[in-house]
Amino acid sequence: MAELLQPIHTLGEAWFGFLWPLLWTLVKVMVLIAPVMFCVTYLTWAERKIIGYMQVRIGPNRVGIFGLLQPLADAVKLFCKETLIPLHSDKVVFLLAPILTLVPALLVWAVVPFSPELILADLNIGVLYVLAISSMGAYGILMSGWASGSRYALLGSLRSAAQTISYEVAVGFTLIPVIMLTGSLSLRDVVLAQQDMWNIIPLLPLFGIYFISSVAETNRAPFDLPEAEAELVAGFFTEYSAMSFGMFFLGEYANMILVSTLGAVLFLGGWLPPVPMLAFIPGIVWLLLKIGFLLFVFLWIRATFPRYRYDQLMRLGWKVFLPISLLWVFLTGVTLHLLGRVA
Amino acid sequence: MSMRMTTLIDSLALRELVTGLAVTLKYLFKPKITIQYPEQRTPLSPRFRGEHALRRYANGEERCIACKLCEAVCPAQAIYIEIDPSSSSDRRLTKVYDIDNTKCIFCGFCQEACPVDAIVMGPNFEFAEENRADLLYDKHKLLANGGRWKKEIDASIAADAKYR
Repeated sequence: MAELLQPIHTLGEAWFGFLWPLLWTLVKVMVLIAPVMFCVTYLTWAERKIIGYMQVRIGPNRVGIFGLLQPLADAVKLFCKETLIPLHSDKVVFLLAPILTLVPALLVWAVVPFSPELILADLNIGVLYVLAISSMGAYGILMSGWASGSRYALLGSLRSAAQTISYEVAVGFTLIPVIMLTGSLSLRDVVLAQQDMWNIIPLLPLFGIYFISSVAETNRAPFDLPEAEAELVAGFFTEYSAMSFGMFFLGEYANMILVSTLGAVLFLGGWLPPVPMLAFIPGIVWLLLKIGFLLFVFLWIRATFPRYRYDQLMRLGWKVFLPISLLWVFLTGVTLHLLGRVA
Repeated sequence: MSMRMTTLIDSLALRELVTGLAVTLKYLFKPKITIQYPEQRTPLSPRFRGEHALRRYANGEERCIACKLCEAVCPAQAIYIEIDPSSSSDRRLTKVYDIDNTKCIFCGFCQEACPVDAIVMGPNFEFAEENRADLLYDKHKLLANGGRWKKEIDASIAADAKYR
């Protein structure tokens, strides 16, 4: 790979001089972001199709074969519509909010390892970076609710912020045993440490908690209280239209893909095949399969469960998930100590 | 105590949630029941009450004898009829037969009241218009409907005749 790219590097340095490393990083970013955005648009299609099938309907099938061009049609529609800005809104914050929900969901991809070599930035604090950046999404939602100047949006964003922060605690505690088993915060090391045994085997309850919490953290059904249409019209994006509305959706789906990817990396062994015999299939295929499965479960859950009540949601986060994950942190520590693997 | 333990274990193992997920997964593979409307259609009953039509006899004469029973029975008062006094025919005929389709509630009483099976409600339900005025049907429009849907109307009257 490196030899293949060498002529491009020499040419780039000859043409752009000292700017080349910057430009090359931009190229790498585009190579990463473009497929992610593509997946985001097609995740909306997959959602409509799968939920339709589960409800004995057929879902979109008019635009292109199997409705495959539906995301494009949706995009064209969103781009052509007028971006309405409410009279009593704070215009700058109002327009900044959708950007702030989408961008963190894309930023985290920098540290996601697709294979031992294929990683944009192998930070030695990868897990910490993920937690820090993904928490920033809550700001976008809070800002949208505040800036809209609408009661529905405000209530929706308050709920969303409370929910995101509550479940972030649980997610944080589920990640600690993973780090303890790995002994490193780098996501690449996390995957390499699962060579012998995927983390899901010793940490199965934690994987459950991680997955359910990430459903709550991405504000997906059955935890989609921030946009509970029966009470709050559409929650924090009630006042949004056209592409600013679309960016909230892109952010939501990008977050779904992101937490699925992290679940695959942290618990399901990332690019590692389930048995060493299947190692001839490239690692990225395995990773994509695992991400795809987790995303399917996201949609499957949405098609199955009714929405939680708000007090149930808070009770689940603070009184069930938090104690169990704390207990598992303790158990992991004790086990590692007894096995003599603590430094 | 043991009841509570089983409940606790059940809820920790997400038993009920998994049961629910199994149901939706099963339906993922079931045949789909969607009717793709403009191309596929559901069958209509012979008694279907769609757009109105005025019928003619086989010799082309209007059936309607201007008895005004439909006008009298119409609960929405959507029908307005005037007799043609200057008709050259030996039968009584209408000069004006208007149905205001914006008032009509599609109860089918007009069809039931008609002694000569002149006013009927045909099988057509795709008569949306872009102008409100286009929904004010006159005699000409109703007779044209009778011609347009003659085959279907005759078939449904024949199919329903044995129950009348």
